[in-house]
Amino acid sequence: MTDVLRVEDLSVAFHTRGGVVRALDRVGFAVEAGQTMALVGESGSGKSVTAYAIMGLLEAAGRITGGRAFLGDTDLVATPAAAMARIRGKRIAMIFQNPRAALNPIRGVGKQIADVLLRHGGATRSNAWDRAIDALRAVGIPDPSRRAKAYPFELSGGMCQRVMIAIAVAARPELLIADEPTTGLDVTTQAVVMDLIGEMARDTGMATILITHDLALAAERAGRIAVMHAGHMVEEADTASLLAGPRHPYTARLIAATPTAAGSLESLQSVPGGLPDLRSASIPHCRYAARCERSVPGCDAVLAMRPVADRHAVACWNPL
Amino acid sequence: MRAVLFRLAGALPTLCGVVLVTFLLTRVLPGDTATYFAGPTASAESIAQIKASLGLDLPLYEQFWRYIIALVHGDLGMSLTTGQPVRMELLNRLPASAELTLCALFLAIGIAVPLGVLAAVRQGSWIDHLCRIVATAGVSLPVFFTGLLLIYVFYFLLGWLPAPLGRLDAFAMAPHAVTGFYLIDTLLGGDVETFRAAAAQIVLPAGTLALFALAPIARITRASMLAVLGSEFIRTARASGLSSGTVVLTYALRNALLPVVTVLGMVFSFLLGANVLVEKVFAWPGIGSYAVEALIASDYAPVQGFVLTMAVLYVLLNLGIDLLNRAIDPRARRGA
Repeated sequence: MTDVLRVEDLSVAFHTRGGVVRALDRVGFAVEAGQTMALVGESGSGKSVTAYAIMGLLEAAGRITGGRAFLGDTDLVATPAAAMARIRGKRIAMIFQNPRAALNPIRGVGKQIADVLLRHGGATRSNAWDRAIDALRAVGIPDPSRRAKAYPFELSGGMCQRVMIAIAVAARPELLIADEPTTGLDVTTQAVVMDLIGEMARDTGMATILITHDLALAAERAGRIAVMHAGHMVEEADTASLLAGPRHPYTARLIAATPTAAGSLESLQSVPGGLPDLRSASIPHCRYAARCERSVPGCDAVLAMRPVADRHAVACWNPL
Repeated sequence: MRAVLFRLAGALPTLCGVVLVTFLLTRVLPGDTATYFAGPTASAESIAQIKASLGLDLPLYEQFWRYIIALVHGDLGMSLTTGQPVRMELLNRLPASAELTLCALFLAIGIAVPLGVLAAVRQGSWIDHLCRIVATAGVSLPVFFTGLLLIYVFYFLLGWLPAPLGRLDAFAMAPHAVTGFYLIDTLLGGDVETFRAAAAQIVLPAGTLALFALAPIARITRASMLAVLGSEFIRTARASGLSSGTVVLTYALRNALLPVVTVLGMVFSFLLGANVLVEKVFAWPGIGSYAVEALIASDYAPVQGFVLTMAVLYVLLNLGIDLLNRAIDPRARRGA
């Protein structure tokens, strides 16, 4: 399998008043063509920062301090801003949580899709509108020619997320990053939106990175899962083997903290402790060590991801 | 259309209030009209005679009743200083003030909005500092001071512009009145020479007013642009790879203009107030200087007419702002 995206040793730091926050430290993973890979971890683990860094959309305080991110043969980290703007939306697209706020409130949704088609999709002024209506139809919006004139506030949250998806896939990108795409939607809509993303990916051969804190959702939708903790990648494996045999203590804790239909609520366990302060100068090599019940004296050595089985890597000195 | 009529109807109580309050205010102001006009050497009888002839000896409710009856007939009374009907004088002078204020407003918008946008897009750059300096200077320098300073530099020192003596110099002929705006009327009449002369006269007073209006517009544009640029839909637009021009102008600026438009309404009303001083400094024959002269002479009718005109202008202005907001924001359209 060829990799659509290969991220190597990506590090990001934020310069804040409180000091330098080392939000990402040597993060690496790969996404295969047509695959759905989930990036999971609790809030603040660096999932979204990873996505923004790849997209070249870090806020002004954030700097990529090292590493590379290859989209095909293109190193996105080394690509200048103007060239990145041509890649974003065309080769790599992104959808966000809270779809209503993520759409321009005073521009008709059809026009917002047409904007992207004009920029990347080879549309002309005369056919952009019709193609925008086609795009709305493709994401299952009923009566698309009428809805194209609607504004986001006139559509439901689920409809807005469909519009977001239409915008994202308008130029047939190779990779879609979905950042918590179902947060803020009601449960039935969540399944519909996830089905739609899967369908779009199948139809166009697009790979997907699903960013979520919900391991159950990741298990259901993704073929491969990468687990992040405090700006580190801690474990990466195919979904089945990760769920069946997690090797990192944090992954095991996450699985124990995920509700299932069969299990009782009492059996759920939270992950003890909190994330370490990423501003301090001496962050331990294993950023999970302070929360870990398996920590041993050797845990303070320099740590990196290493393979433990076929297609299964972990960053731990004392894996399960 | 229904919304417009509804808004206009809603303004009626306000206008009634303005009529009542200005009437009462002019009566309680110090200074006695009859004494002023009778002159310093007048006897008590002649003063009483003038009082009677002006109806000033009548009880207050009687005076008010006469004023309302006249107002309903479109009669704003006579000015005692000039002996002319107030309505005619206001209508003659209004275009001068309107032309000056609108020129100043457009000048201010034309400078302040791009300045605010650039300051927000390039936060912390030299243009951001320039924006801050202009905004600070604009609010801290009083208009009569900037007016005199500009006259000193551009007329007295450099001699680039004509003397500040009104809308046209003494030798030019006023254009045939169509709109009452010299800049438009001269062009309609094809008289480029007079257009140049009128433009040269209006540059300094309009610039003075614009400098005063720049500050709030630039500041609100910058703040509003910063807020919009940080919002989620701008992130979406960037993530879709739209060009930075589209992101800043089509996506951010149109959203950022909503508060700017609202502030424009306030700025315009400040300008109407600042007009009074600027018209004095530049001998501009507008309604502001007319009202000040009347007020000094305790000449009630022009003052009442002036305040009423301002109130009507303000109501129309707010209506215009509302309509502009509706044009920009689809959410405001559905609300009504």
